[in-house]
Amino acid sequence: MPRVGVLALQGDVREHTASLQRLGIEPLLVKTPEQLALVDALVLPGGESTAIAHLLITSGLREPLQERLNSGMPAFGTCAGLIALSSEVLDGRADQWSFHALDVSVRRNGYGRQVASFETPVELSTGDLVPGVFIRAPRIERFGDSVEVLATHDHGDGAHPVLVRQGAVWGCSFHPELTSNTVIHEIFVKAL
Amino acid sequence: MTSHENSGSIGTARVKRGLADMLRGGVIMDVVNPEQARIAEDAGAVAVMALERVPSDIRRDGGVARMSDPQMIQEIQATVTIPVMAKSRIGHFAEAQILQALDVDYIDESEVLTPADEVNHIDKWGFTVPFVCGATNLGEALRRIGEGACMIRSKGEAGTGNIVEAVRHLRTINQAIRMLQLADEAELYAMAKDLQAPLPLVQEVAAAGKLPVPLFCAGGISTPADAALVLQLGAEAVFVGSGIFKSDDPERMAKAIVEATTHYQDAAVVARVSTGLGAAMKGFETATLEQRLSERGW
Repeated sequence: MPRVGVLALQGDVREHTASLQRLGIEPLLVKTPEQLALVDALVLPGGESTAIAHLLITSGLREPLQERLNSGMPAFGTCAGLIALSSEVLDGRADQWSFHALDVSVRRNGYGRQVASFETPVELSTGDLVPGVFIRAPRIERFGDSVEVLATHDHGDGAHPVLVRQGAVWGCSFHPELTSNTVIHEIFVKAL
Repeated sequence: MTSHENSGSIGTARVKRGLADMLRGGVIMDVVNPEQARIAEDAGAVAVMALERVPSDIRRDGGVARMSDPQMIQEIQATVTIPVMAKSRIGHFAEAQILQALDVDYIDESEVLTPADEVNHIDKWGFTVPFVCGATNLGEALRRIGEGACMIRSKGEAGTGNIVEAVRHLRTINQAIRMLQLADEAELYAMAKDLQAPLPLVQEVAAAGKLPVPLFCAGGISTPADAALVLQLGAEAVFVGSGIFKSDDPERMAKAIVEATTHYQDAAVVARVSTGLGAAMKGFETATLEQRLSERGW
């Protein structure tokens, strides 16, 4: 079984850890390049994308993680994690960077500020219905030809992807880890 | 795959507590203008608290401290991409209504401002925007959660640069949680009475061994070592008020506290970021204070 890590610089690390534990996986928390070298796949949690981007640099993780992603390491990012994996960030800081591991353009807070944060059921292409918790969520506004859309949500202005995959890299606008439903984590883990 | 057009349910407990979860392991910084907000975001803050005066200046100036001018809050919202919080007075639900209308991301019903109601806190369930409230002990924390608070922070003694009160509050809350875990079910009724806290919340804490919402630390954090201390004592994130912009080198202090908060278990990292930082804020000995802000709130 591949060793799964959770990027543990900031955010809802505990919830992702609990979701993986429900599937019988004991993840390794990753805060350093040495810890990154020990994992075969990485979950990038929800949190504040600018803070996580800053901490990736100060912790010496940006370059080694970029190299691992370039060489095909499986990764799964939710919310801020999706922003970090994306190829373009709209409405971000002027100097906001990302890993370009997932060919999508995401708009930060694309569904609004906190008072607009919402919950709604999301139907996956597998037919599963999962709870969708969207918190200051990024909106996927463009996706490349090689990106597979596994779920969409229509917020009153047309359907936008909310769960996508490009090869071994997965991104989700919402937070499956904030619920006890582990369907999406299970799909990621089974594909490893 | 079908797509259901809907705007979902807003203001649920899960999305309100969920934002607090996203801030865990981070630093929330008090800022009084857009320039400070920019410095905070550049340093890796997970959120800023927009207010007109930091607590040490409120303490120095005296008088009635109120909600900040909406213009100043809006200028900060326009400057940063991270969540913007703002403070209302205890019990002043009209200030909270204004802050919600301004689209702030979190309201701090705060003892740092002059209380508006000596009996009641705001009924926070009726709001879409989530609230954080201060607490000095478990009973106070559970009363606030019972009123709808989605995040609890230690009160500490704001504006003093002295960590001693925050440590007392964190230890007091966590000791009381351990006591509940040791109690049998019959004992929880009397313990809820002693704590002056709602029984269902007492039972929930006894079963889970933690608060149902995140527990952050505020009040007196002024150095990277302070942040490492309170995280090891069980705080899940830190608020830094006067400690950054009253220090010699705010940009470096802000970055250092952010790094120490992430790597709090690695003393070598905390040592590195603490080196050559310049003076932290001067601070006050809390035993000699005339006004103890932590005594506000009921």
